[in-house]
Amino acid sequence: MGSHWAGLEETLGALPSLLFCKMLRFLKRPLVVTADINLNLVALTGLGLLTRLWQLSYPRAVVFDEVYYGQYISFYMKRIFFLDDSGPPFGHMLLALGGYLGGFDGNFLWNRIGAEYSSNVPVWSLRLLPALAGALSVPVSYQIVLELHFSHCTAMGAALLMLIENALITQSRLMLLESLLIFFNLLAVLSYLKFFNSQKHSPFSPHWWLWLMLTGVSCSCAVGIKYMGIFTYLLVVSIAAVHAWNLIGDQTLSNICVFGHLIARAVALLVIPVFLYLLFFYVHLMLLYRSGPHDQIMSSAFQASLEGGLARITQGQPLEVAFGSQVTLRNVFGKPLPCWLHSHKNTYPMIYENGRGSSHQQQVTCYPFKDINNWWIIKDPGRHQLVVNNPPRPVRHGDIVQLVHGMTTRLLNTHDVAAPLSPHSQEVSCYIDYNISMPAQNLWKLDIVNRESSQDTWKTILSEVRFVHVNTSAVLKLSGAHLPDWGFRQLEVVGEKSRGHHESMVWNVEEHRYGKSQEQKERELELHSPTQVDISRNLSFMARFSELQWKMLTLKNEDSEHKYSSTPLEWVTLDTNIAYWLHPRTSAQIHLLGNIVIWTSASLATVAYTLLFFWYLLRRRRSICDLPEDAWSHWVLAGALCTGGWAINYLPFFLMERMLFLYHYLPALTFQILLLPIILQHVSDHLCRCGHNEP
Amino acid sequence: MPPAIGGGLAGSELRPRRGRCAPQAARAVGRDTVPQVAARSLKRPAWSSWRFETAGRWATLAVVTLLSFVTRFHRLDQPAHVCWDETHFGKMGSYYINHTFFFDVHPPLGKMLIGLAGYLSGYDGTFLFQKPGDSYQHHNYMGMRGFCAFLGSWLIPFAYLTVLDLSKSFPAALLTAALLTFDTGCLTLSQYILLDPILMFFIMAAMLSMVKYNSCADRPFSAPWWFWLSLTGISLAGALGVKFVGLFIILQVGLNTISDLWHLFGDLSLSLVTVGKHLTARILCLIVLPLVLYVTIFALHIMVLNKSGPGDGFFSSAFQARLSGNSLHNASIPEHLAYGSVITVKNLRMAIGYLHSHRHLYPEGIGALQQQVTTYLHKDYNNLWIIKKHNTNSDPLDPSFPVEFVRHGDIVRLEHKETTRNLHSHYHEAPLTRKHYQVTGYGINGTGDSNDFWRIEVVNRKFGNRIKVLRSRIRFIHLVTGCVLGSSGKILPKWGWEQLEVTCTPYLKETANSIWNIEDHINPKLPNISLDVLQPSFSEIFLESHMVMIRGNNGLKPKDNELTSKPWHWPINYQGLRFSGANDTDLRVYLLGNPVSIPVLNA
Repeated sequence: MGSHWAGLEETLGALPSLLFCKMLRFLKRPLVVTADINLNLVALTGLGLLTRLWQLSYPRAVVFDEVYYGQYISFYMKRIFFLDDSGPPFGHMLLALGGYLGGFDGNFLWNRIGAEYSSNVPVWSLRLLPALAGALSVPVSYQIVLELHFSHCTAMGAALLMLIENALITQSRLMLLESLLIFFNLLAVLSYLKFFNSQKHSPFSPHWWLWLMLTGVSCSCAVGIKYMGIFTYLLVVSIAAVHAWNLIGDQTLSNICVFGHLIARAVALLVIPVFLYLLFFYVHLMLLYRSGPHDQIMSSAFQASLEGGLARITQGQPLEVAFGSQVTLRNVFGKPLPCWLHSHKNTYPMIYENGRGSSHQQQVTCYPFKDINNWWIIKDPGRHQLVVNNPPRPVRHGDIVQLVHGMTTRLLNTHDVAAPLSPHSQEVSCYIDYNISMPAQNLWKLDIVNRESSQDTWKTILSEVRFVHVNTSAVLKLSGAHLPDWGFRQLEVVGEKSRGHHESMVWNVEEHRYGKSQEQKERELELHSPTQVDISRNLSFMARFSELQWKMLTLKNEDSEHKYSSTPLEWVTLDTNIAYWLHPRTSAQIHLLGNIVIWTSASLATVAYTLLFFWYLLRRRRSICDLPEDAWSHWVLAGALCTGGWAINYLPFFLMERMLFLYHYLPALTFQILLLPIILQHVSDHLCRCGHNEP
Repeated sequence: MPPAIGGGLAGSELRPRRGRCAPQAARAVGRDTVPQVAARSLKRPAWSSWRFETAGRWATLAVVTLLSFVTRFHRLDQPAHVCWDETHFGKMGSYYINHTFFFDVHPPLGKMLIGLAGYLSGYDGTFLFQKPGDSYQHHNYMGMRGFCAFLGSWLIPFAYLTVLDLSKSFPAALLTAALLTFDTGCLTLSQYILLDPILMFFIMAAMLSMVKYNSCADRPFSAPWWFWLSLTGISLAGALGVKFVGLFIILQVGLNTISDLWHLFGDLSLSLVTVGKHLTARILCLIVLPLVLYVTIFALHIMVLNKSGPGDGFFSSAFQARLSGNSLHNASIPEHLAYGSVITVKNLRMAIGYLHSHRHLYPEGIGALQQQVTTYLHKDYNNLWIIKKHNTNSDPLDPSFPVEFVRHGDIVRLEHKETTRNLHSHYHEAPLTRKHYQVTGYGINGTGDSNDFWRIEVVNRKFGNRIKVLRSRIRFIHLVTGCVLGSSGKILPKWGWEQLEVTCTPYLKETANSIWNIEDHINPKLPNISLDVLQPSFSEIFLESHMVMIRGNNGLKPKDNELTSKPWHWPINYQGLRFSGANDTDLRVYLLGNPVSIPVLNA
């Protein structure tokens, strides 16, 4: 006999409450350990492990999307910051955990599918976690069907189908996230069912709490792996909401008791997931503290919080912008490209291609690269000097400033001339006096958007500012259009007259130094240099989290096409596949391909369920009850979970415009597979029996 | 078992009633008042008070209506220039008067009505509506504005009656009417030539008639019941015919109907036959009738617009053949494609154009240094290609040879007529879409290599294996690489004269980008037939118009850096919308469905 707990998964639910009684009995009687081992479950787990782990490190080459996930694993190993818009970081971190356990140093160039792994890549341990998740999904689905009050035989059927589905096997044996997602989806459903079934006889018992908490935890894990997990989360939460609604209507419970139930559910299913989700990001940001290839997408403040990169430049630069400061101004919106306010000697063409005229003054653009022409000097309109006073006079919200272009010393100007590409807005230029009764209009009022008080000073990196033109009240804005060749394909900057707020009107200072053209005063300036604040500490976790999350959700990938992308309709009919890998010499291949028998019959089961459900529903409405009340409620719950799980994991894809692949269907498929044996049992129990009874 | 069944029965009996207590109560009140009124009317003393009440109601309704008309028509002629979207919808009204074909993302009913109003009021359709701010001068625009204001004015009596019926509360109804009458947004929208007053009219009419037929529920299949039910259907068709936003009111009516039917179905005192009758009546009035009307509107739209106009380019060649003034109209060309024919090949996706080549090479560094192949939107001699067999270079037009038709699956060569180069592709990456192969013109006088061979495939093989001009959708598959000829829709840089890129895509997906049809077809050996024979049927036209509209709607997305209002801005009146320079007004999109009655029902 092994430990007391081994193989007791089945009876785990009843254990803690019996523990005390057993302890007492233990004093009176000799020590006897009774282990209740469900051999089915053991066999299923064993088979699952066998199919998923056998020859796991074959092929020793990059297979399909491993080329992406591998990159991220390497970034984790090297602690380099990256941004992946495909999903939250938990899944990536789990994969990286495998690499960490296998002692991976991150040194591998993930550039091509089919490339052989070098010897430092621990392929087995990298692929271990997804494979384990895939293997454990098999016993978990067995348990789910049992908890739905269907027979052992049915549960075996469901588990065996999960076991032999080749698409699931393929997907679990590689460094991919789907099998992890499926595992946590199923675990969430299972723990909710365990919780729900213990609700009747032992509410608020330890295992009641355990399963309730586990539901919340596995839901948030699923969401943390891929956004898709949110579908199953919604399903579980809405089923829980319906059950809670019934609970509220239960007159036998006291008000306090109902309140306790509701609070417990709210904590477990709403608070814990949010908390865990934040935790994933917290760990993610803790782990990745070095600057990396995706820095440019993030705001200046975020970049400054990473080690290396921009932080190296901005470290030690003065915090408060003063009159005479030399600055670069970055657009906060940064779309279509992150860029800095820029000007150069070239002027707007006298006449545009479409015949409209321009002011022929110096061009002002937004330039996506660092350049000497991105430097501007903040000038006090009342004075002539371009250096910082002693002591520095900080610029405050509401101050009127002029912006002097550093290299050409021309002043930023806008006037009632149509902008080159957005004729409804004003042209922005650096003013050249042609002496043609077109006066300079170069006064700008500083508007700090994220100010705390009206007396706020303008801070490097942290302050987000708008420049409001004094004469016309137009706002300096990045229009997003690319100028033609005469503007060197740089981005157009305009003065937007209409009111309203948009991030493309907001700018922040990125690089900053006090003007020191008068060298002799350098020492004096240093003496009076303002407090230097470590900006990385100023940016709280929540600020970094919300920025990262927002960037992940709004990052637009270029529309590309993929040879194996497919549409949702093709998934059901299995009209598509994905070639994952091809052996360079022997032409051995790995294909993601569904099992046509399982897919077809599972789809048929969904149709059968829907038809039967509506048939029963209509007949019940006419007071003809085909099913006993118990069987009906089991039938409805099974349908809500399995058909509902399939629908909610599948139908939203019809609304998505991104590139879709066959593997997006797998979570929906697992729910469909669970439904198939349930339908068969239902038919044999209720429909066939009627036929037998009649004669 | 029996107790369980009994329990189930009782449960199923009770549940709906408990769930629907609010509407039931409302209905009960309605039921009670009717007999009461009837009973009272028999008695002498009550008669006069009842009559007084009725008269009062009618008088209030009249006052409300009058007030609404007065506010909407007050200074309707101001400003006497084009305001905001009048530039679109006024223009489209003129198109109907001139029978000019155009394309818009909304269904046609609203603009047809505007056009009709203009026509009846003596507007001749000559004003250009070029841009907001243009003065109307001598043109008669008041008919169109008056019509919109007229429909917009009905909104208020409708809302008044709806709320009165829902809440049975006189003050509540008056409050609604007052709110709507003095809502500046509603007022402004109703004063110009826009689709919104028309849309709101139909939405509110649907709402009113739905509420009315709900309150007739105790007298099913009576004349008023039929009247309101079919009026609901008609208004739904109207709402959908103006804008696709009308789908939302359809959804609301649909949900109402479903819950209504569910309720009837659970009523065990009704036989299944009666329930079936109810179901049939609703299907007839709320599905069949609106559909028929909607299709009729489209048929009218297509009948009226029979002249070529600015919308031609959005539609397929076969569609364009209907429009007089279009080069394809009344043209006569050979029906089936034969070897030796001179043809133009048009991409099926809108705004891609014809397969084109010219005497310019791809620049150094972009694929092979061979002649460019592009797509070009305009008619041009460089769009002409000669279709030839892949293995012979003899002149097929030689009268001694018999005519041979091109069939599905044939291997062909396309020779550019002006430059005598063959359509060619090879394993070089395309100029803009790097994953595709480059397509070039290659060879001299039609002599090239095996990379010039294309297999021609018909996608919709309705017409047998031959290739029918205009109607057959064909793909060209490159024989050597197995890729499909297509246009990526991307604009080439200056070296490509800003025409569109043509590539050979290795992804064998059936998208409109890689499907082509034959438009012009010149072959002296074949008899010409009139294109009327090839005209698409009404159902095809109907489907095509919808496909184009949906695609157009999908294309209407705000760009990243544009200022737009967000849905959550509307209820809190976050920002105004400038209609015209002279008229800074405050636009508020007032949700006219249930929200009107919600506060009232609470009261």
